Amino acid sequence: MTRAPHRSARLAGGGHRAGLIAFGHTVRAAHLATIATPHIRYLAVIPEIVMLGGAVLLLAVGSLVVRQVRAWVATLATVAVSGAALGVSLWQWADVTSHGAFTAVDHAVVVDGFSALVNVLVSSAMFLTALVADGYLRREGVDGVEFHVLAMVSATGAMIMASANDLIVVFLGLEILSISLYVLAAFNHRRAASGEAALKYFILGSFSSAVFVYGIALVYGATGTSNLAQIAGFLSKNVLAADGLLLAGMSLLVVGFSFKVAAVPFHMWTPDVYQGAPSPVTGFMAAVAKAGAFAAFLRVFISSFGLLRTDWQPIVYAIAIVTLLLGAGLALVQRDVKRMLAYSSINHAGFVLLGLEAASARGVSAALYYLFAYTFMVIGSFAVVTILGRRGDATHDIASYRGLASRQPLLALSFAVLLLAQAGAPFTTGLWAKLQVVLAAVDHAVPLAVIAMISAAVAAFFYLRVAVLMYTPPPAPGSVPGVEAPAEDLVPLGAPRAAPEPEPTLPEPAFPVPARTVVARAEGPAPAAPAERPLWAGAERTAVALDRLNAELLLDEDPMTLALARGPVPVTSLELGELQGGAGATTGAEEVPPSDVVRVPRLGALAIGLCLAVSVVFGFWPGPLTSFAHHATLLFLP
Amino acid sequence: MSIGPAWYLGLAAVLFALGAVGVMVRRNVLVMFMCVELMLNAANLTFVTFSRVLGDIGGQSLVFFVLVVAAAEVVVGLGVVVAIFRRRAAATADDLHGMKG
Repeated sequence: MTRAPHRSARLAGGGHRAGLIAFGHTVRAAHLATIATPHIRYLAVIPEIVMLGGAVLLLAVGSLVVRQVRAWVATLATVAVSGAALGVSLWQWADVTSHGAFTAVDHAVVVDGFSALVNVLVSSAMFLTALVADGYLRREGVDGVEFHVLAMVSATGAMIMASANDLIVVFLGLEILSISLYVLAAFNHRRAASGEAALKYFILGSFSSAVFVYGIALVYGATGTSNLAQIAGFLSKNVLAADGLLLAGMSLLVVGFSFKVAAVPFHMWTPDVYQGAPSPVTGFMAAVAKAGAFAAFLRVFISSFGLLRTDWQPIVYAIAIVTLLLGAGLALVQRDVKRMLAYSSINHAGFVLLGLEAASARGVSAALYYLFAYTFMVIGSFAVVTILGRRGDATHDIASYRGLASRQPLLALSFAVLLLAQAGAPFTTGLWAKLQVVLAAVDHAVPLAVIAMISAAVAAFFYLRVAVLMYTPPPAPGSVPGVEAPAEDLVPLGAPRAAPEPEPTLPEPAFPVPARTVVARAEGPAPAAPAERPLWAGAERTAVALDRLNAELLLDEDPMTLALARGPVPVTSLELGELQGGAGATTGAEEVPPSDVVRVPRLGALAIGLCLAVSVVFGFWPGPLTSFAHHATLLFLP
Repeated sequence: MSIGPAWYLGLAAVLFALGAVGVMVRRNVLVMFMCVELMLNAANLTFVTFSRVLGDIGGQSLVFFVLVVAAAEVVVGLGVVVAIFRRRAAATADDLHGMKG
């Protein structure tokens, strides 16, 4: 290991610096010759090298080839590169389990079970995103190598964050991750909402980065090092008489991380960015940015500031509570599926925070498991949303999901299962994820565990709302199409049902829905015996209540959007209308739920199938994933 | 009267606060960028000051990383702004309210 010739004796810990250059503070000419460069063990960072190398190679090929690279070539290359990264991450995992964890590049990078697991997670997420994005890019006519290159660079940033052992490396990883994501959010230049999302993400993201880097500076000033292990060593050997500097630095780091993982009260960018960004990017962002940021959050606070846990645990406790409650509460009132999933991702961040707050091996393992399970659930969900967004990526109103099951039963079933997994239904990975974080919290913070369970119950409602809506037949074409229609219309439509008959053409035992539409009644058989009514009454009431709820939500819209949806854009806000193209299109599409059958791209279907398989198979058989997360924690190098 | 490290740290804190307040209250996107830059440079000043106090060159080398990242960030940020505001006269954040809920 390379050591600098002059080490500061001020540091009680006395460790050597992680910086690339280290020499005495009075720079003399004689010492310039003794700049020590660290030994770089390339095998330690091989997943990052594969991912970044693949991205650079693809970009070079894309720039040098005269004709535009065909979409399938770019997708194939990305899939191959992320598959290779997945392979070397698994190899790294095997290496760590047999030879133990180690640090490299002058202790700036650590290779342990924790980093290997996150590398596996990020590579899988990249693999799936490439499959999802393929259909999207072709449909929107924005195909090319750029999307794939940016996504791979972004994934590299998340990997760097997971294996960083130095605060400045965490910062570099964070920026590599974020800067690529800013561009990805703006990727669909035909949609105004995409640009708006990118700008919002950029301003708040760079603001949080600045807060984060100032936090690093203060921690560096308080401890004399930015290396995570050396910070821990310093804190274990010294009791600070005045620790204001360190506490200020730590709280700024909490703020910076909370921005990135979208924890309340630093979540305000999330709904807009998730809604405006292209749907495959949103899924990628939800999975990879959250995983990378949480990996660094866990590592910095558990391994470096573990001894000061009494100082930061109350802050994380409070953030977790508001994140859990607000995320679930606000998701209830959303009318846009992407926005609802954004609030649900805030809610999920609250659950992962439970694992951090526990500050125990069990908590870390639960948080890792949660991130792993969440990755597949959220990418799968956004894959469905991508496909259903149709051309223009604008049909995301919850009302447009109505009756999906009768048009596209497989897609509806997949989405329902993925949503139920997010809700934490039995026999899915979601249940085990929630169970483990709650069990970790129960160990010492029972109120937090109780709030988490309440929040899970509330969250289950909005996931089920979409699921039930998909299995509700669409309104009759004869009914008045309009924003106000459902509330007033559905009661009269339901009222003449003196003898309600079950819908025989919809064999859905899980969600029995009464035939309420004019068309269905015309086609339906003779009225069933009234005695059958009680069997259906419950479901009927639920459906009516859901309709009413949806109608209320529709009416609660802000006047500007309503005006845009109803009539021509007012002259005074021509520019505004231009900017609001995306949102305006969304509101315009919701009036009549689309009844066309969406073509499902083959690769998108493959991605959904893979996500579904992971979520369900490991839900039935939780052993392998649980032990993966557990062993990753055991191999966590403090 | 000599100017000790505390002055530099104080100046950095004031710059950081100015930047943070600026991002929150200013409405012009370009001014908001500049405020973020102010915050990053406040962090740089803090790094350099602590590096001097601690007699450790590591802090000064960290500044290079922050500078490079700030430059990259501005490149992307200005690119996004140009892409959005090519069709518009003013770069005001208040106009970006297409998405609500």
